Amino acid sequence: MPSSPESAAFHRAHQRRSALVAALRAFLPSEAILAREEEVRPYECDGLSAYRQLPLLVVLPRTVAEVQKIVRLCHQKGVPLVARGAGTGLSGGALPLADGLVLSLARLNRILAIDPLNRTARVQPGVRNLALSEAAAPYGLYYAPDPSSQIACTIGGNIAENAGGVHCLKYGLTVQNVLGIRFIAADGTEIQVGGACLDSPGPDLLALFHGSEGRLGVLVEATVRLLPRPERAQVVLAAFDDLEKAGTAVGEIIAAGILPAGLEMMDQLAIRAAEDFVQAGYPREAAALLLCELDGTDAEVSETLAQVHALLLQCGATQVRTARDEAERARFWQGRKAAFPAVGRLAPDYYCMDGTIPRRKLPEVLRHIAELSQRYGLPVANVFHAGDGNLHPLILYDANQPGELARAEALGGEILERCVAVGGTITGEHGVGIEKLPQMCVQFRPAELDQFRALEQALDPQGLLNPGKGVPSPRRCSEYRQLPKRAS
Amino acid sequence: MNPDTALLAEQVRQAYEDRKPLRIRGGSTKDFLGHASPGEALDLGTYRGIRNYQPKELVLTCRAGTTLDELEAVLEAQGQMLPFEPPHFGPRSTLGGTIACGLSGPARPYWGAARDAVLGVQLLNGRGQVLRFGGEVMKNVAGYDVARLMVGALGTLGVLLEVSLRLMPRPAHTQTLVQERTASEALTAMNRWAGKPLPMSATCWDGAQLFIRLSGTPGAVRRAAQEIGGEPLAPEAAVQFWQTKIRDQQHGFFLGSDPLWRLSLPQAAPPLSLPGEQLVEWGGAQRWLRSDQSPDSIRQAVETQGGHATLFRGAEIPSRFHPLPPSLKQVHRRLKAAFDPRGILNPGRLYPDF
Ligand SMILES: Cc1cc2nc3c(=O)[nH]c(=O)nc-3n(C[C@H](O)[C@H](O)[C@H](O)COP(=O)(O)OP(=O)(O)OC[C@H]3O[C@@H](n4cnc5c(N)ncnc54)[C@H](O)[C@@H]3O)c2cc1C
Repeated sequence: MPSSPESAAFHRAHQRRSALVAALRAFLPSEAILAREEEVRPYECDGLSAYRQLPLLVVLPRTVAEVQKIVRLCHQKGVPLVARGAGTGLSGGALPLADGLVLSLARLNRILAIDPLNRTARVQPGVRNLALSEAAAPYGLYYAPDPSSQIACTIGGNIAENAGGVHCLKYGLTVQNVLGIRFIAADGTEIQVGGACLDSPGPDLLALFHGSEGRLGVLVEATVRLLPRPERAQVVLAAFDDLEKAGTAVGEIIAAGILPAGLEMMDQLAIRAAEDFVQAGYPREAAALLLCELDGTDAEVSETLAQVHALLLQCGATQVRTARDEAERARFWQGRKAAFPAVGRLAPDYYCMDGTIPRRKLPEVLRHIAELSQRYGLPVANVFHAGDGNLHPLILYDANQPGELARAEALGGEILERCVAVGGTITGEHGVGIEKLPQMCVQFRPAELDQFRALEQALDPQGLLNPGKGVPSPRRCSEYRQLPKRAS
Repeated sequence: MNPDTALLAEQVRQAYEDRKPLRIRGGSTKDFLGHASPGEALDLGTYRGIRNYQPKELVLTCRAGTTLDELEAVLEAQGQMLPFEPPHFGPRSTLGGTIACGLSGPARPYWGAARDAVLGVQLLNGRGQVLRFGGEVMKNVAGYDVARLMVGALGTLGVLLEVSLRLMPRPAHTQTLVQERTASEALTAMNRWAGKPLPMSATCWDGAQLFIRLSGTPGAVRRAAQEIGGEPLAPEAAVQFWQTKIRDQQHGFFLGSDPLWRLSLPQAAPPLSLPGEQLVEWGGAQRWLRSDQSPDSIRQAVETQGGHATLFRGAEIPSRFHPLPPSLKQVHRRLKAAFDPRGILNPGRLYPDF
């Protein structure tokens, strides 16, 4: 029985659905097609659960040939499609469309080859990020980009969002760790870009696909770089009684010519939440905490460690601790990696932002966020990839209180616009998706957005690949620009 | 808009109106790369100057016509450098030309390519619109990565006006070691070492000897040198070797008269048995071949290893860059039309037909 307007709409689309299922059944087994409401319900949102939409249906192909046939069918029938990896995205990139198909790549999850001498792996898009590093471990190798969601998220999703992780400061983002891709274009053609070499001729299409949110093609294979496990990794924890001092310390470390493997910062709300959640051994009274990881050869780490230790104390750290053993190092990181869910326990809902700013603007932007938090009456916890200026303010709210979600979004929007104003960007690694369309109109001028659309049309003339995400329509931007400035 | 920016924009807009091709020119040090393009020169050589340099952030933005010499002198004064060690091929070499050609030097496999260092660009598209993509921050996924798309486009998608780059501190200590090796021993050794956490920053086998550069903290370099072994090269000789002989191709190998091919291969691909001389760089990922063999036979040999071959210098052939499969070529053609609808920017420079 349809129980909501949305559910009613789902059932009204019955005829379109049946026709499409019939066509799909020609080449897909029935268990690979989900068409009942209770079956598609789990796909209604990604990690940004404030946005939900039931898809027309969900397909779960097992082979590249099946993916290709699905895309061809959509092309013929003009049905839009949304590619989906693990659905951990935080910007609504994998949010379904009411009249579209969700194409899950989760079953294309084979590691096709690991080449230890070349230090590369060829994988299907549904391979989980962590599974790849685990498979490479026997060769003394690993896959460097390590988003905190690495247990679940897929390599396809990582490429589509150009995911980062705590180690990307030294080892680069996904785009710096992928050598080649194979994708199915909007018309069903299979195309290979790059391979196992370090470059390919002509404009850098490979880079273009990184962060393209499933709007330029469906990835069906990737060749990635694997790196040797460092001989030694050591993490230093530093506590500060003041956020700005911690911010300064970050700049000083980088300016001294040190390139840490990771340089992360948390504020008091985040520190306490993480400590209560996983008992990481963090100092609860600290106003800010820095985690600085150094890796490399034993000699290199020892030499740099001494330097970092001294710098942190000079910058006013109240406490500097080096993890005594591997277990303590893992605990320090566990607190950081669990920071989102930990903060999530403090309120019924949280909203994760993702701006990047020039590092020197850190104190200024943190002050501004604190003011906004006061003004909107919503607590904000801060977790950041401080080394590269990528902020993750977590706004706490209760979606069951009327108007609180809208307030949280307005607050978040103001934070992102401040990031743009100080020379930064509205998203460092989570993508634009459906969420940051309004702020795209702030970061880019109309001619630039037009250029994005032209580029997109070059690859997907019918606009069937994940339409309505990533790049706002001109109308939406002109409406947004005319809004009275919120809350100020 | 600055008057000089407006002037360039106007030139492109006029060419768009008149449907007249433009030949984008920086320092003219890389005219040999790709094909000759017809059209009136659009001069970027005087569009120069550093716009923003934040040593503490390891970020710099400068105009495309700034010479590499000028830029590198400024960075050196702050103990910093361009991670991709771009070739110069002459004193007038500009940053814009370097990025458009996507050229990287000896450190490429270890510290990243030109495209990895690019954070943002300001450009003129084929309609003469001034557009900005990316920015000056390390992480940025707002909008498509148009900035990196420009790397290797040889100016066919846009006129680069400004480029923002990620920099790196100069390593505290560097040492180069030399070993006598055959090609196949050298390839195996380079790839074995690369599979270990050693501070390598360049490798080259020049036909007789294997050169390995180590960079990092003094202790780390010393220990790695012990592990790898070989004769140390004197510091001045090492700079001369990597910068002049290899990066800028003044090594005897490059001075021969046969056509010079650049082969891009998976690093550990075995030595290719092609007639002619070879010089191996980048742990095996970049190999230079001097050979008068037919382009087809060279390309076939490289393709079977999953690589591609560019005719870098010498000879005249229909496609100096490795021909693309039709489906991929179609994507490039359509992207070209999206940025340059009237095909006025360096037409034919990259591929003869667009
Ligand atoms: C707790 C938590 C922590 C996180 N931490 C980080 C972090 O540290 N760093 C970070 O960068 N992100 C982080 N994320 C965000 C998210 O995990 C990443 O964006 C991840 O890359 C998404 O992968 P996925 O497989 O879940 O993709 P999905 O969410 O399924 O999809 C994301 C986008 O990619 C597209 N897509 C997926 N697969 C394909 C394909 N095969 N072909 C074409 N398009 C495709 C989708 O259409 C969608 O637009 C975190 C998320 C959570 C929930």
